[in-house]
Amino acid sequence: MANPAKKIEGITRESTQAMIDKTLSEYPEKARKKRAPHLAPNDPSSCTACVKSNRKTVPGVMSARGCAYAGAKGVVWGPIRDMVHVSHGPVGCGWYSWGTRRNLMSGVHGVTNFAMQFTSDFQEKDIVYGGDKKLAVLLKEASDLFPLAKGISVLSECPVGLIGDDIGSVAKKMSGELDLPVIPCNCEGFRGVSQSLGHHISNDTIRDYVIETREFAEPETPYDVALIGDYNIGGDVWSVKSLLEEIGLHVKATWTGDGEVERIAATHKVKLNIIHCYRSMNYMARVMEEKYGIPWLELNFFGPTKIRESLRKLADRFDDRIKENVAKAIDKYDARMQAVIDEYRPRLEGKKVMLYVGGLRPRHTVNAYEDLGMVVVGSGYEFAHNDDYERTSPEMPDATVIYDDASEYELERFVDELKPDLVGSGIKEKYVFQKMGLPFRQMHSWDYSGPYHGYQGFPVFARDIDMAVNSPTWGLVKSPF
Amino acid sequence: MANNLELAVKTVTEIPEEEIRRVREWIDTEEYKEKNFARQALVINPAHACQPLGAQLAAHGFEETLPFVHGSQGCASYYRSTLNRHFREPAPAVSDSMTEDSAVFGGQANLHEGLENAVALYKPKMLAIFSSCMPEVIGDDLSAFIKNARQKGNIPADLPAPYANTPSFNGSHIHGYDSMLLSILKTLTEGKVVEGRCTGKLNFIAGCDFNTGNYREYRRIFEAFGIPYTFLADISDSFDSPNDGRYRLYPGGTLLAEAGDSVNGKATLTVGPLATAKTFAWIKEAWAGKHAALPMPMGIARTDAFLMKLSELFGKPVPECLKAERGRAVDAMTDAHQYMHGKKFAVYGDPDYLLGYVSFLLEMGARPHHVLCSKGSKKLEKEIRSLLDASPCGKDGGIYMNKDLWHLRSLVVTDPVDAMIGDTHGKFIARDAKIPLFRFGFPVFDRVNKHRYPLIGYQGAINMVTEICNKFIDIVDETCDDGHFEMMR
Repeated sequence: MANPAKKIEGITRESTQAMIDKTLSEYPEKARKKRAPHLAPNDPSSCTACVKSNRKTVPGVMSARGCAYAGAKGVVWGPIRDMVHVSHGPVGCGWYSWGTRRNLMSGVHGVTNFAMQFTSDFQEKDIVYGGDKKLAVLLKEASDLFPLAKGISVLSECPVGLIGDDIGSVAKKMSGELDLPVIPCNCEGFRGVSQSLGHHISNDTIRDYVIETREFAEPETPYDVALIGDYNIGGDVWSVKSLLEEIGLHVKATWTGDGEVERIAATHKVKLNIIHCYRSMNYMARVMEEKYGIPWLELNFFGPTKIRESLRKLADRFDDRIKENVAKAIDKYDARMQAVIDEYRPRLEGKKVMLYVGGLRPRHTVNAYEDLGMVVVGSGYEFAHNDDYERTSPEMPDATVIYDDASEYELERFVDELKPDLVGSGIKEKYVFQKMGLPFRQMHSWDYSGPYHGYQGFPVFARDIDMAVNSPTWGLVKSPF
Repeated sequence: MANNLELAVKTVTEIPEEEIRRVREWIDTEEYKEKNFARQALVINPAHACQPLGAQLAAHGFEETLPFVHGSQGCASYYRSTLNRHFREPAPAVSDSMTEDSAVFGGQANLHEGLENAVALYKPKMLAIFSSCMPEVIGDDLSAFIKNARQKGNIPADLPAPYANTPSFNGSHIHGYDSMLLSILKTLTEGKVVEGRCTGKLNFIAGCDFNTGNYREYRRIFEAFGIPYTFLADISDSFDSPNDGRYRLYPGGTLLAEAGDSVNGKATLTVGPLATAKTFAWIKEAWAGKHAALPMPMGIARTDAFLMKLSELFGKPVPECLKAERGRAVDAMTDAHQYMHGKKFAVYGDPDYLLGYVSFLLEMGARPHHVLCSKGSKKLEKEIRSLLDASPCGKDGGIYMNKDLWHLRSLVVTDPVDAMIGDTHGKFIARDAKIPLFRFGFPVFDRVNKHRYPLIGYQGAINMVTEICNKFIDIVDETCDDGHFEMMR
């Protein structure tokens, strides 16, 4: 059932297009032509993507995008807690992505979880002579020093692909020798146009090397599900997992937040895949659907309205027992969430938000802001594809600006025009807008807070948004002299 | 096709608790340490980043300069976000987003398009270009590419565009800083030598220092002396800009004209000798005036040497206010010596910083017990050794060159210390060893305002004493039994 399009006073297709045209006018002609299709007013009635996406970044414009390695290490592989993840190549990539994504983990650091920086630290000689021999030695060292690790991923950085190393055969040989899964992942940063290809490559390596290699010890039940595309940022997985268990489901594996590789390997035995970040994990959801007949359901756990909707969609897939549990859970939490809304909504009503994030958040969080009485006046993704923008269109108000792979220059102009009360984006954007005296929340990392998912998350989200928008510190920005 | 490794299909297993306990205890043993130190290939938790990060820092130190990364775009995002997190400030930089086709055809097309767009949108007065791995592996010729860009009109003929080759597979961030700084200074001073002219100024280089508080402290000292100066690669306003409701793309940095004229300076001084080796060697050859390289002025003796050098170079006495400040710093140290004397420390970090920590700790009677640099050199090792050997507090100190923080963990758990000095990445060791970590290095991702908190000079010495001693006192207060919980400490 389609909702009527949301409208925002003062925002029309014409006003948005004029803002876009004005912004584009500063670009050299070639860049203007390239950027124009990536910026457009939203048309919720069409349910199609209003912008082009997943194209090469225009050089020199200050994009916020990362690379395939970032998508593989930071997003898909890194959060698997019981594996050693080797950043194969020079020292930098692994160092920059060390502990900077907030994918929290259980287990004992250095014993059963490995949230560390493992690298082959390529030197000039490794570039000249190749790094395959060094890789074989270091895999042995890793398995000796971390005997409880359940596997090793080898994540290649740019030079590895350029010099023609064959990490696949080293991985295969050493897997046999060490009796341990060693997963080669050719996610060199120059591949593709953004981190998105790194997600895809990583999904493919899970398909090729991991899935089907394990089976669950417990007997199967009709309630066995996997949580896919939740990376446990600030504890998100823990919040959603406990909710799913409360309604009677068995969460057999989490992909990949607080993930365990053996459980991931046995996921072909579950009855339903619940997918959260569609962008980074739809590939494996589709593989499991095609190959093992496992259906998947894309759900949104941000804010009470969407959580309620999601739980009801889930209930439809299960028997009366689960349906009753869902009804009970909704009753129980609705009252609690209403108390949260009653507390914060009066202070946030009508406030405008601009979003620029990755994965799923530019659409999934829209309704959570609306639960708090706020409106989202612009949204966009760093690395989305067409299907993400199709899904975004009905969530966003009519004629609001949609931007794909926005440059810092564009974001600044849009903020100048739209004058939002809050910007939700990443660390590279945060201080730009805060210097303008604009409240800001990092919406990749939850700004070192969280969880934001599930019923445990919404009170934290509401508190954080209120804190950002209404902090007295913003009142100090203008000096009296 | 799944299971490409052809491993046998097994059941999901849980690791037994006693097995976890056994390994947990084992990683703290001498036996494990030996195994850990026998590593030949695997690096675990290195305490250094790669060259371009330092290059970007140097670039931000100049007026209206846009750092430009020639390479994959992910590299630029990594450097920027690292600087954002450490300073809690913007770090604008662009990349020319090389992709697979550049691997085949080279990166010139991306560079040219990127330069044109960057100039149109961000209107820099200087572009500081540096490379990441990809163009270095495929052998891009930056010099020719930039020359071609000017000929094609991608960048104005008079726009300075220094470049540095800074692959991640060589050196660390300090070497990238050195290369970028050298290239910037060569570019800006080209043709600026004027026979017989002397600016009368000190050209000052702080080294690859990510502490804006230090930069402000240096300036205060020069002003106290009344020494005119050009602070080369001055990042203090770039990474500590006021919040007054206006975003400035280029909030600070050394004025380009002033940097150009530095070739005619009265004297040039670097206090980051190990992070500016190439730059300083070139300056000695090419620049007028006197040249001096001193260690970073951390602690009393090194600050004394710094002030005496300034006095000597400019023929001015050390000002009374700094003499008094010295007295206050020494007062702070003598008053507090009992809280640090004999305490053992593990210290790690960049070479110039590391020498500063060791020197300061020895002055306080503390013992630098494990001194580790994950990208060190023979020269550094020798310098640390001679510092340790010169003090009775240094005689048990061990030096570990080109070892990482997983090595340091083994050292700290088998041969315990009272505290660590380093950067945020050491926090897991500190937690396991139940000791404090003093975050004096780079980066600091998990505390606020540390980049505004000077560590150099007499004020820096007071700051370090305050932070360290009060933490030790806090620990006594938090852990003592009721009978020993006292009003005075």
